[in-house]
Amino acid sequence: MEIINLEGTEDTPKILLDKGNGIFEISGRSLPEDSAEFYQPILDWITAYGEDPNPETLFTFKLEYFNTASSKLILDVLSALEDIDGVSIDWYFHEDDEDMEEAGEEFSELVEIPFEFKTY
Amino acid sequence: MKYIYDLHKTMLSRNLILVYEGEFTQEITKSVLAMAERNMDSMGEESSIKRKVFNVMVECLQNIVKHSDDFNPLSAKRNAAIFIIGKEDDRYVVTSGNPVDTEAADALKKRIDEINELDKDGLKAMYKDIIKSNSLSNKGGAGLGFVDMARKSGQKLEYDFEDMGEGFKFFSLTTTILRF
Repeated sequence: MEIINLEGTEDTPKILLDKGNGIFEISGRSLPEDSAEFYQPILDWITAYGEDPNPETLFTFKLEYFNTASSKLILDVLSALEDIDGVSIDWYFHEDDEDMEEAGEEFSELVEIPFEFKTY
Repeated sequence: MKYIYDLHKTMLSRNLILVYEGEFTQEITKSVLAMAERNMDSMGEESSIKRKVFNVMVECLQNIVKHSDDFNPLSAKRNAAIFIIGKEDDRYVVTSGNPVDTEAADALKKRIDEINELDKDGLKAMYKDIIKSNSLSNKGGAGLGFVDMARKSGQKLEYDFEDMGEGFKFFSLTTTILRF
């Protein structure tokens, strides 16, 4: 399967989706002008991955900041992952970032996927 | 040219650290954010406060960007928005102002009043309700901006509508982020 490897910018996150090496990560800042357009290829990739997933998929979110339009798309990413067996989430937040911790907790309440919370 | 000195004095007396007036785009949003971030960095602001201010600024700026295309490209109102950051000893004050038509003004007022009536748990419940049920608007908004601004700041949103004539009002919105 093709690898998605996008460098982060000042308004878009770094994305690494690599089935072969078992690395699935979204990190950095997410405040694109058109969040639906930005996340569409990622949603498509996850749907295709779901046809033949690895036995276990540890998906990492290590976001510094995201806007509200991105939060809707992050929920869409999580909902797409929810349909795949063996998925779990590592949700990272900066140790003094209660808002990011709370955002992770809210997402974990909205989907049926195990979350682990970690600080950086 | 006395107005320059007057403007300078107004900015000092009102503790304004950044004022931007004119066209709002994603590129300008990024520049304004970068300036405000550098300003907070140089003052040694705590990262938790910086994140909250950043968060409120983004929602505010992107609201203006999204809604500026409501206007005809030839209309002077399209590029007539203002964005201001104030810093006092104990708080940051993020303010935006932009023209809206009367109908939008009524809807905005109703929406913000509704948000201002909610406490922390009420806002959380509203946020979760909206994110679960709504899809993005044709402008790419999630309908979560004001709720998020109220949540991150922990303060009521203050607003004002000044009549501009010709069926328009100037919508000012102020969010306060306490530093302690």
